[in-house]
Amino acid sequence: MEFSTNSPILFVLVGILIAAVLAQSVFFLCKALRRAKQLGMDTAKLKKTVTTAAVFTIAPAVAIVISVITLSKDLGLPLPWLRLSVVGSMSYETIAATNAESAMGLTFGRAGALSAQQYVTIALVMTISIMVGIWLVPLLCRKLQNGMISMEKRDKKWGDIFQNALFIGMIAAFLGYVFCDFSTVFHGDTSGLVPVCVMFVSAAVMALAGLAVKTLKWHWISDYALPVSLVAGMAAAIPITAWLG
Amino acid sequence: MKTQKTYLDTVYRDGAIWNLSVMVLLFLFPVAVALIFSAVPDWHGLALGLLATAPMYWAVAVVETVTYVPMLGAGGSYLSFVTGNIANLKLPCALNALEQAGVKANSEEGEVVSTIAIAVSSIVTTLIIALGVVLIVPLTPLLSAPALEPAFAQILPALFGGLGVVFVSKNWKLAVAPVVLMLALFIFVPALNAGTVGIMVPVSVLFTLGVSRILYKKGVL
Repeated sequence: MEFSTNSPILFVLVGILIAAVLAQSVFFLCKALRRAKQLGMDTAKLKKTVTTAAVFTIAPAVAIVISVITLSKDLGLPLPWLRLSVVGSMSYETIAATNAESAMGLTFGRAGALSAQQYVTIALVMTISIMVGIWLVPLLCRKLQNGMISMEKRDKKWGDIFQNALFIGMIAAFLGYVFCDFSTVFHGDTSGLVPVCVMFVSAAVMALAGLAVKTLKWHWISDYALPVSLVAGMAAAIPITAWLG
Repeated sequence: MKTQKTYLDTVYRDGAIWNLSVMVLLFLFPVAVALIFSAVPDWHGLALGLLATAPMYWAVAVVETVTYVPMLGAGGSYLSFVTGNIANLKLPCALNALEQAGVKANSEEGEVVSTIAIAVSSIVTTLIIALGVVLIVPLTPLLSAPALEPAFAQILPALFGGLGVVFVSKNWKLAVAPVVLMLALFIFVPALNAGTVGIMVPVSVLFTLGVSRILYKKGVL
């Protein structure tokens, strides 16, 4: 069979794999919903969780589609479709593909038509490199969760603070990242201010939503505040980038 | 307590079965392509490519597992580490769901809500990507339009601006020190950029845990 990075058989193989991963998501969704019912959790609250999660996911998922398009220029559609639906992310996959291609004397973005041998080699590098998290979670998850539970048992207040500290630590790292190009301002280049301004627009929208909930009692706003602040920030990025470069 | 253990036990068992099965299936993809097209890997290229990529990815995976599993919960972790895009999608989605539902992450209700949010997010992401692949011809000019490029380039600042307001305002005593440290590091250390933010997450988490322990012991929290 003649090889092409967009060969129909590759779409079939990837389709089967993605269906399996989709089945895992559906399995865990049903399992969690069943447990929620047993715990007597409010059905309306659960419906809201489902809706909010779905709405929130749309914009980041569209960004992932753009990543698929970008990677498909070198690798065809099936492999990026697989890698970005399962385990991967744009930055990981680009680095893995670039390293694999340069190891074979190719240049990422200008590889041209890949041979089956090159394609298999790239797919193997991407797959083997990224797999650790998948098997490490079954190995460590129970131990880590048990550690959290026993900490909670020993000191409930510290258990709550510990959990909040984890979230705050993660958010602080990303807030810092927003300022990573800020120092360009010291050299007269304002482009480093773009992510900072976008972050402030998004934060302002979220703060306004919080204010509306508190003062006007518009509780329905809180359900969609995060996706709306996300889209508002992204939309604001267009004029801000045109303005600051 | 016994019921909670039983539910979590089944999550650990099912999660292990699913994750290990998916791992085997993923590995079968390059093997199947090699068999179908009678292609032997370029062993030299494979070794060099792995040497350049795998050690870094494996180290990051270990750190990410230890850092993210306590935040994602059991069910959410099994799913997130299979479906990917954790920091930029699954974790913010779970955090938002916990906040909206008004449940604590370390409660069983929190475990359930986090799993539901991550499962829904994974399903929606998979469907949108599949739709994008099917409609790639009409979508490419639209999504690759230069006018829209800045919007998608700034997705993380837009995401963490909103999320930051919610969590920093509720835990401002906890947040001051790590936010100041991260801002200073990212502004004044040129080596820190989009590529290194994943490495800085555990650094920031460890620092925040240390600071919160001190504040807790001093009775500030």
